[in-house]
Amino acid sequence: MTAGSPNSSADSSIAEPIVTLSGVTKRFPGVVANDDIDMAIRPGEVHVLLGENGAGKSTLIGLLSGLIAPDEGTIAIDGRATQIASPRHALALGIGTVFQHTMLVPTLTVAENLLLGEPWWRRPRKESLQRRIEDLSKSLGIEIDLDALAADLSLGEQQQVEILRALSRNSRVLILDESTSMLTPEGIEELGDLMRQLVKRGLAVVFITHKLKEAAAFGDRISVLKLGRKVGEISPDRFRSLDHDQLIAEFVEMMFGKRSGDPEDVVRSPHPELRDRQPLLSVSGLTLAPARGNPGLNDIAFDVRPGEILGIAGIDGNGQTQLARVLAGQQRADGGDIRFDGKPVTDWPVHARRDAGLRYLTDDRLGEGTVGSFPVSINLLLKQIGDPPFWRNGIEQTAAIDAHARDLIRQYDVRTPSEHTPIGRLSGGNIQKALLARELAEGAKAVIFNKPTYGLDLANTLATRSRIGDVAQSGKAVLLISTDLDELLALSDRIAVLSAGRIVGTVDNEPGARNAVGRLMGGLAA
Amino acid sequence: MDALFTQMFLGALFFGAITAAVPLLLAGLGEQMSEKAGVLNIGIEGMMIAGAYFGFLTAYQAESIWLGFIGGAAAGLAVALVMALLCVRLGLNQIVIGIGLTLGLEGLTALLHHIQFSRTYPRLPAPQILEIPLLADIPVIGPALFKHHPMVYLSVALVFVMIFLYRRTQFGLNLQAAGDKPAALDVAGVDVATTRTVAVLATGALAGIGGAYLANVGAGLFVPFITNGAGFLGIVLAMLARGRPMWVLFGALLFGVSLALTTALQVAGINIPTDVIQMIPFLAVIVMLVVFGRRSSLPAALGIPYQRGER
Amino acid sequence: MSTDALQASDNPEPRPRAELLSALGHRILLTVGPILVSLIIAGLILVFVGVDPIKYYAYVLDRGLFSPSGIQQTLTRMAPMLFLAAGLIVAFRAGIWNLGVDGQFLLGAVTAAASAPLLVAVVPAWLAAVIAFVIAACVAMAWSLVPALLKAYHGVNEIITTLMMTFLGISLANVLVKLAFLDPNTTVPQTRTLPVEDRLPRLFDTTISSGLLLGLVAIIAVHILMTRTAFGLKLRTVGANPHAAIHAGLNVPRLTVAVFALSAGLAGLAGAVDIIGVQGNVRADWNPGYGLLVIPMVFLARFNGFAAIGFVLLLSVLSIGGESAARRLGVPNHFTLVLIATVLIVLAIVEYVDSRFLKKTRA
Repeated sequence: MTAGSPNSSADSSIAEPIVTLSGVTKRFPGVVANDDIDMAIRPGEVHVLLGENGAGKSTLIGLLSGLIAPDEGTIAIDGRATQIASPRHALALGIGTVFQHTMLVPTLTVAENLLLGEPWWRRPRKESLQRRIEDLSKSLGIEIDLDALAADLSLGEQQQVEILRALSRNSRVLILDESTSMLTPEGIEELGDLMRQLVKRGLAVVFITHKLKEAAAFGDRISVLKLGRKVGEISPDRFRSLDHDQLIAEFVEMMFGKRSGDPEDVVRSPHPELRDRQPLLSVSGLTLAPARGNPGLNDIAFDVRPGEILGIAGIDGNGQTQLARVLAGQQRADGGDIRFDGKPVTDWPVHARRDAGLRYLTDDRLGEGTVGSFPVSINLLLKQIGDPPFWRNGIEQTAAIDAHARDLIRQYDVRTPSEHTPIGRLSGGNIQKALLARELAEGAKAVIFNKPTYGLDLANTLATRSRIGDVAQSGKAVLLISTDLDELLALSDRIAVLSAGRIVGTVDNEPGARNAVGRLMGGLAA
Repeated sequence: MDALFTQMFLGALFFGAITAAVPLLLAGLGEQMSEKAGVLNIGIEGMMIAGAYFGFLTAYQAESIWLGFIGGAAAGLAVALVMALLCVRLGLNQIVIGIGLTLGLEGLTALLHHIQFSRTYPRLPAPQILEIPLLADIPVIGPALFKHHPMVYLSVALVFVMIFLYRRTQFGLNLQAAGDKPAALDVAGVDVATTRTVAVLATGALAGIGGAYLANVGAGLFVPFITNGAGFLGIVLAMLARGRPMWVLFGALLFGVSLALTTALQVAGINIPTDVIQMIPFLAVIVMLVVFGRRSSLPAALGIPYQRGER
Repeated sequence: MSTDALQASDNPEPRPRAELLSALGHRILLTVGPILVSLIIAGLILVFVGVDPIKYYAYVLDRGLFSPSGIQQTLTRMAPMLFLAAGLIVAFRAGIWNLGVDGQFLLGAVTAAASAPLLVAVVPAWLAAVIAFVIAACVAMAWSLVPALLKAYHGVNEIITTLMMTFLGISLANVLVKLAFLDPNTTVPQTRTLPVEDRLPRLFDTTISSGLLLGLVAIIAVHILMTRTAFGLKLRTVGANPHAAIHAGLNVPRLTVAVFALSAGLAGLAGAVDIIGVQGNVRADWNPGYGLLVIPMVFLARFNGFAAIGFVLLLSVLSIGGESAARRLGVPNHFTLVLIATVLIVLAIVEYVDSRFLKKTRA
């Protein structure tokens, strides 16, 4: 199947590297994304690249997959210095990449997607593809319907297709970029098993993640990146000699320079007194017809009380975004009631709900949360366009708008050159702070957080989580939608599990909750 | 109306409809390919008029209508090359460049025509007709449908070639990927700019042949602004058909019938202003859109230049 | 397609005055330079067809800009184009590709031409003009209703619908001129003629129509509307990111209809100002096709109203001068199209090179 040398994983540490990076540097305007990186990728190893957002992982993948070229340093393939000129060249060299964002054409079938890249004059050879893929997928235990439209697959299935694609092209090196961020706990386990199988066959797997636990669970060799530099490497021998906790401690030290446990391991203390309060946000019988790419909503009902955090767990694409949109008023439900602060708000438009204190912090920060080309100051008022004192008789009051922006920028520590900077130029963490500022601004009573830390680095993740905790502490009701179970366990009072647009169960966040939620997500009874 | 009269009327109508539909069909099929690949080719009107002028010039000089088609295709291709260079390679605004090319070529061809032919207004001899044996002998429909210039049959055949190309070839997959998710095509190892360039060049060649047909077969001469919006109609047809070549054929025939209806009614001695009849197909399409109006599924990346490494 | 997709995002940040001035100088240089280059390229074409380009350009400049009668004609010609540019700026900034302004323009012109001569018989000329303007704007707005509703409530791409409505509008305008509003007193198919004394007053002692002032007011008002008001900001939000507009609770369908109405209304006013200011009537098959010329100018002006005034002036000088040169030097008027197209393409290329250069130097 592969051209790689048939080394077993036992003697992999002495195998000749397929790819060797030496002194690789890549600069972008204003930042050094990769600074003098040395690295060797060997067959028979899962090489984990561990680092936070902005550590330079994506740039490194770009370099290996032919999307960008290094400014300095060399990349050697099989010992020969090679310039990877294009994605096509990378594929020809045997480097296959599964990107974080799916790279399948939604309007083509799985088979057609797998055939992309064949010589253009050729008829698509579906029969031979079918044979090849069948062999491959059988041996890996993956089941894929070749005639399904890519858009109709779940994110996990799409990822499997992309792995198959890389393997069917005889890749010797398989790069997996943040591949677990969209998967269920079981899905992550399966991916781990798959990686083990692949390295047994002599492939080199590069696994990119910012999750310490995954690095410890799946790696053979670990490289830790920080601010564009490689700050440490753990060899397979050393890796095997350490247990899980020691590994985590070592990662933390390399990444953050301090010795401690996993900083994400926080558990919320229960607040039994909340039970007696009157619900602030209550939803009953909420229904939305399924549409392309989402399962709709099916008879959703829950209450959130002041000071309480209700977590909504579930794999991405099970109706979370639709639920948030319906609650915020962006989308009309087909049935059911929403009561907020004692009033029926089912038919209220977005701004009326916002004015009443119901706020929605979207997960799609650039897609719908902001207008990238508009300055920070305007984005902070995007949901209040036309309101006094920022507009009088419809005329913009620049001084008031700017003062308001400077105030929030300071209060929420938004790092921006000025309030006039287009918000699209800020980092994800700072955009998120601006959105927090906008949604938590005066008058908030209940806040819906949709995947609030998705794509943020650890520092911003922790800051955002503590902000969410503060919001609840101050007596506001919080609905926390997240695909990150650790996050939900760290923050929520109760966790409801959303599956195929239906709440399949709600559990109190007490010891054992992790198991219960995991079982519910996997389709089992709690 | 007696039977003979009805026959003549219908004959003129069908014959005229097909003659008028061919340039629209070629333009529509061409534009469809560009749009499938993600390029909104507003310059197609310019490509058509370039094809009309140089097609006519070649046919006139070489005394061969077939060479005229080649000349027309070459001219359309040349204009498309500029479009591809500026809009696909450099990523310039497709609307500005498209309108610029259209205006410039309308002016340039009119200018060149003025210098060369403004006194003589030469005409080409009537084009050869290919009669399809047996079928052409069917009363009424036979002469109307099966006694045409061979290019007519070739254009209809092209519809099926396109269907085959889109559904059954690797290149068809590449085109669709370039329009719907160019980044996916890129990482699959196919160059997006090349794919789009090929599509735009094909559009140019087809539009050029359409223009040449308009001048050489349809009119027998070139006059300034002869395309008169046929290229823009091609854009409308391509957008309505959304990737289905057969729909372009139906659309082109609908517009062809209405263009021919004017002449046919004159033959019949019924005097309805041209403008009223010309409104019919647009009204029909708009009514269709109002009644069946639903979200149009145009390619996701239509009009957006692709740059590697940008998400 | 979003506005960003067409590389037209702009959001000037307030900057210190000196920086602003140098940026302005840079912009002017980047505009004048390409125009000179285009003149040279187009000049080569003139040489090819056997005309002395220097003589031609001098003539165009003289007749379009420097001679008193030329500049007056040029300024008068600007009026409808300014209205069209204003209408296009509203639409393009809101991310709506209204390519149907020519149809909206013609229908505005025809209804103004039909109503004004009848109105002056019953009311004073100024009131007749006002009423005719309102009628023209309303008719053009009504004409845009189909694309507007289809876009707002069915998501039908407005490029198709507005293009079709333009074809339809041109035919309808002809039908109206030939059948409904035909002047019974002439043999030429045309509408009744508005007497010269009842047209818009001329400015001072010149032949410049006061329509120019109306056009300037319109485009500056639109510029302020789009950049300084809450309504303009809402429209720009819809244009720059429709998803953000929904998220922010804006009524996107209603705003979309409003954009179409404003844009088409201004195009209808463009037709009215040309008829009531200059032409006096509409002849059958009259279609100056200003829209197709003004659309690229608005892009080059980056949807900025003040810059658009400059580009419309340029367009007007070239077309008036070109018409004179056609009559006198025998270079067909069509050459003007070649010249305008060259300017357009060269400007677009220079813009590209400049932005690439800026990116490089910043890095």
